[in-house]
Amino acid sequence: MTARAASLAVVLAVALALAACDREVRKLSHEPTPELQTTVGDRQGDLQPGAPGPGLKETVSTRSFDPGNAWEMAQGQRLYDWYNCAGCHGRGGGGGMGPALSDDRWFYGSEPDQIFRTIMEGRPNGMPSFKGRIPEDQAWQIVAFVRSMSGLGATNAAPSRSDSLGGLNRPENERPTSHPYVKPPEKP
Amino acid sequence: MNALQDVLHPAGVQAGHIAHLWWFTVALCAVVFVAILAGLSYALWRAPRADARSAPDMASMDRPESGAKRAVVTAVALSILGLLALLGASVATDRALATLPLENAVHIEVVGHQWWWQFNYDDPIPARVFSTANEMHIPVGRPVVITLQAGDVIHSFWVPNLHGKKDLIPGRITTIQLRADQAGTYRGQCAEFCGLQHAFMAFTVVAEDDAAFQRWADAQRKPAPEPTDAKARRGHDLFMSGTCMMCHPISGTTANARKAPDLTHIASRPTLAAGTLPNDPQGLAAWIRDPQKLKPGAQMPAHHVPDDELDALVAYLETLR
Repeated sequence: MTARAASLAVVLAVALALAACDREVRKLSHEPTPELQTTVGDRQGDLQPGAPGPGLKETVSTRSFDPGNAWEMAQGQRLYDWYNCAGCHGRGGGGGMGPALSDDRWFYGSEPDQIFRTIMEGRPNGMPSFKGRIPEDQAWQIVAFVRSMSGLGATNAAPSRSDSLGGLNRPENERPTSHPYVKPPEKP
Repeated sequence: MNALQDVLHPAGVQAGHIAHLWWFTVALCAVVFVAILAGLSYALWRAPRADARSAPDMASMDRPESGAKRAVVTAVALSILGLLALLGASVATDRALATLPLENAVHIEVVGHQWWWQFNYDDPIPARVFSTANEMHIPVGRPVVITLQAGDVIHSFWVPNLHGKKDLIPGRITTIQLRADQAGTYRGQCAEFCGLQHAFMAFTVVAEDDAAFQRWADAQRKPAPEPTDAKARRGHDLFMSGTCMMCHPISGTTANARKAPDLTHIASRPTLAAGTLPNDPQGLAAWIRDPQKLKPGAQMPAHHVPDDELDALVAYLETLR
């Protein structure tokens, strides 16, 4: 290999490595990007978590995250559990009370905007409306994760399956603890 | 807030054992250090000085390898003795730490989260169990059995005035036993790097007499009071119909999520966001508006809400004494 080919290879390798940096960027505060905003319509049903009421009125609408960013998707994965999406759609999106999210069947569309509106407006026959209950930044993160479960979006940034799906062969530190054990206080 | 965080001022029997071991180690090492310096000075002082007219020193040609001298043998023997003494002291300290009498103990379950501490006070009567965040009260003179669990990644529980460190490992339960013998306010800190805001993962330990502890615990067991004035009532409604109740629990209300710190008595706590800022209305408002400015990476999102809604929310949270 000539010196020229070698230096070209180095330059290419560095360029490739730098191109991958965006995948890991953690954008902690989201600047509003109105041109990418999705208008949320009326609620599609009465179902919504919490007490009835308008909720907090967000004065800024955001959609500035990069859908190919691994951190955004991982946040979406955490929120999928926190907001109990898993309660109906299954922990890995396998479905349950609600439809599966890991297949390629979409009742209300698989585009990011469509999923966002499904989360925010709710859908008839069970999907609650999370408008005013989930900040819009977070809803977009959930959108990115939901799409990743059926292989949509950037597959090189999608999070791996959660440990809870591992069945019996769970990692050692997930197995029940036998020691040390502290005796709970005696019942009077 | 003035809370003590100092290993050299033990406020409990366990930290006392550790401090004894520390002082013994320091003293022994100081003796060794002084002895080495003295030996070196003596050797330098006794060493023959040569000038231009001295004959060259050929001793090493006559005796290429001198055998172990008495001084060397003595020094090795003393080193072994010193190291054995340290080993013995360490074993004795460990033994003392493990044999704290646990009669009439308070049982507390600690869960470490990115980046805050959850304290669940155990009780044989389920209705008396309660949960708080970033603030732990313990009675002076009574042993405390703390079980440690991690909610996400590895953390480490450390109150230097009361005991050494103990890690919180995901999927495992570890325990630590301690007893505070002096009343006071002590600072605890996560001691295992756990992500962006590891440094702002602190908590307060208040050691007080048993009566004061019982009063505090009884107050913590009470559900949140109903808001009385109109502004606080509006804040309550916003909380219950907004994003707050998706993660934060307040007992006695419909907010039952268990992902973020329990706010039932938030106004009674000294700090916000695990020791990040003092707990006053300004701090609370700044925190709700944009936590990412104060503690970048924290799991709480920013809330771009109008000022009047923010005021109402703060007014409501301030009633949660």
